[in-house]
Amino acid sequence: MRSSSRVGTALTYVALAVMFVIVLFPVYYGLVGSFMGERDTNSFPPALWPVHGVFPENYSNALGIIPLGNQYLTSVLQTLVITIGQLVTSVLAAYAFVFLPLRWRGFWFAVFLSTMMIPYESIIIPNYLLISELGLKDTIAGLTLPFLATGFGTFLMRQSFLSFPTELRDAARVDGAGHLRFLVSILVPLSRPSLAALGIWSALSAWNMYFWPLLATEDPRHQTIQIGISQLKTSDGDSPGMVLAGVMLALFPTLLLVIFGQRFIVRGLTAGAVK
Amino acid sequence: MSVAPTADAGRSRRTGSLLAFAYLLPALVVFGIFIFWPLVKSVMLSVQGTDILGNPSGFVGFVNYSKLFTDDGFLQVLWVTFAFTVLTVLPSIAIALFLALLLQSRIRGVKFFRTAFALPFAFSVATASVIFGVLFNPASGVLNGLLSYIGVGKVNWLTNPDLALWSVSGATVWMQIGYNLLVISAGLGALPDDVLEAARLDGASGFRLQRSIVMPLITPQLFFLVVVGTIHSLQSFGQIKILTVGGPEGRTTTLVYSIYEQAFANNNSNYGYASAQAMVLLLIVLVITALQFGVLERRVFYR
Repeated sequence: MRSSSRVGTALTYVALAVMFVIVLFPVYYGLVGSFMGERDTNSFPPALWPVHGVFPENYSNALGIIPLGNQYLTSVLQTLVITIGQLVTSVLAAYAFVFLPLRWRGFWFAVFLSTMMIPYESIIIPNYLLISELGLKDTIAGLTLPFLATGFGTFLMRQSFLSFPTELRDAARVDGAGHLRFLVSILVPLSRPSLAALGIWSALSAWNMYFWPLLATEDPRHQTIQIGISQLKTSDGDSPGMVLAGVMLALFPTLLLVIFGQRFIVRGLTAGAVK
Repeated sequence: MSVAPTADAGRSRRTGSLLAFAYLLPALVVFGIFIFWPLVKSVMLSVQGTDILGNPSGFVGFVNYSKLFTDDGFLQVLWVTFAFTVLTVLPSIAIALFLALLLQSRIRGVKFFRTAFALPFAFSVATASVIFGVLFNPASGVLNGLLSYIGVGKVNWLTNPDLALWSVSGATVWMQIGYNLLVISAGLGALPDDVLEAARLDGASGFRLQRSIVMPLITPQLFFLVVVGTIHSLQSFGQIKILTVGGPEGRTTTLVYSIYEQAFANNNSNYGYASAQAMVLLLIVLVITALQFGVLERRVFYR
């Protein structure tokens, strides 16, 4: 009995180790490769670790070859605007659904739900034409406006608000608090975990966006970091080490979010479900 | 102020509803301008021709739609889309399930592995695709390097017409593992301890426990992942744009990539035909969503 469970444990470790090497290899190579010189990356078979020296200058080279500094700033601004926008619109809409007398509640609910069923790619052409006509290409407004509200965020916040007893609102009313004050000074502080979950999801998806920023920007100085690094790869003659350094720079913020915010990410996985 | 006089109840309900509408308004404005109006406009574009400058050139009826069914290129697009979905959804769920079950073991270091295996989730489609592009490089990539140790010659991962879709799918499976793992792990973490304990007392263990007790209990998560994964795969774009640009010979041109190609690549500006394809995408996604709500969901075990 004991020995069989010990064999089981050993097998589990072996399986975990094998999967670890396979699944984490692209992460490893991205990181280690970003410090390798061309003698290592362009030899065949290529080196799996820096044999001929470490090249931190890959990072400064990446920053030099594309306006990566600008692109980083653009990505930060785009992410901030979308995240804050989604938090505000979601909290307000969720409040109306839970705490306010709303006519045709079922209808509005269906409207919000339907936005989650329409694949963005199927309406991307009119959006592109609209942003172009408004002259908003290459602007933060053009990058962010279409994403300032989501059904997902509204339902996530609604779920959180539903968990509070209605007496909470009554008590606040007795104390003379209007709706906005109740929302801002009581509900929002109590909903911090859900707000964190929504904020992290919004930030992750905004930072990682690819299709829309590809269309909404043309000038390299106004592109996001995601577009910047993907063009590093296609422009000829870039050394793999430098390309990977660019990738690591783009990856750094989301890596931190996933490592330290996993608890909130998991919360967002299920909380958005409408049940 | 806090108690409304009864005579005014009707009016105050109406103003109350107006207030609620005001709270919905910011979100509704965004939805209206950037989702619902574009939806109407997509339908309108899809029944119009397009001149060389990309301007709608008048009503053409269902010409763009009938073109879809006669265009051999579009039939290939549908086939590639289907193949890509099959090659990505099920493998990524299977691998994530295997990992999640391994991580259920009560052994030391599980926490470390749990965080490590979630890391792919941090990658954007661009960061992951660029790394895979380096790994797939036929002349100096690590994949061919490793193959050379066992005597296999250089493989053209992304330019061989028979292989490119498999390579892009492989990269996509990797991108989806992290998310799938988080969902399945959340499901496993919420399993009722008493059920598992009862099964163990009845002598179920190892494989038997997994197959007869655990698997039926996490079918909702697996079902959710099949639906979400399918829709997600149908929407894939970045990896194809970055790794293969739809080639070779259109063998990795999926529906979304085809929409991009018709509308935006090489200044094509073929918005009418591209919009008809976009409506096909919308229809497919709506059908899958309807299936999820209607038919299939009842067959899944829910607690």
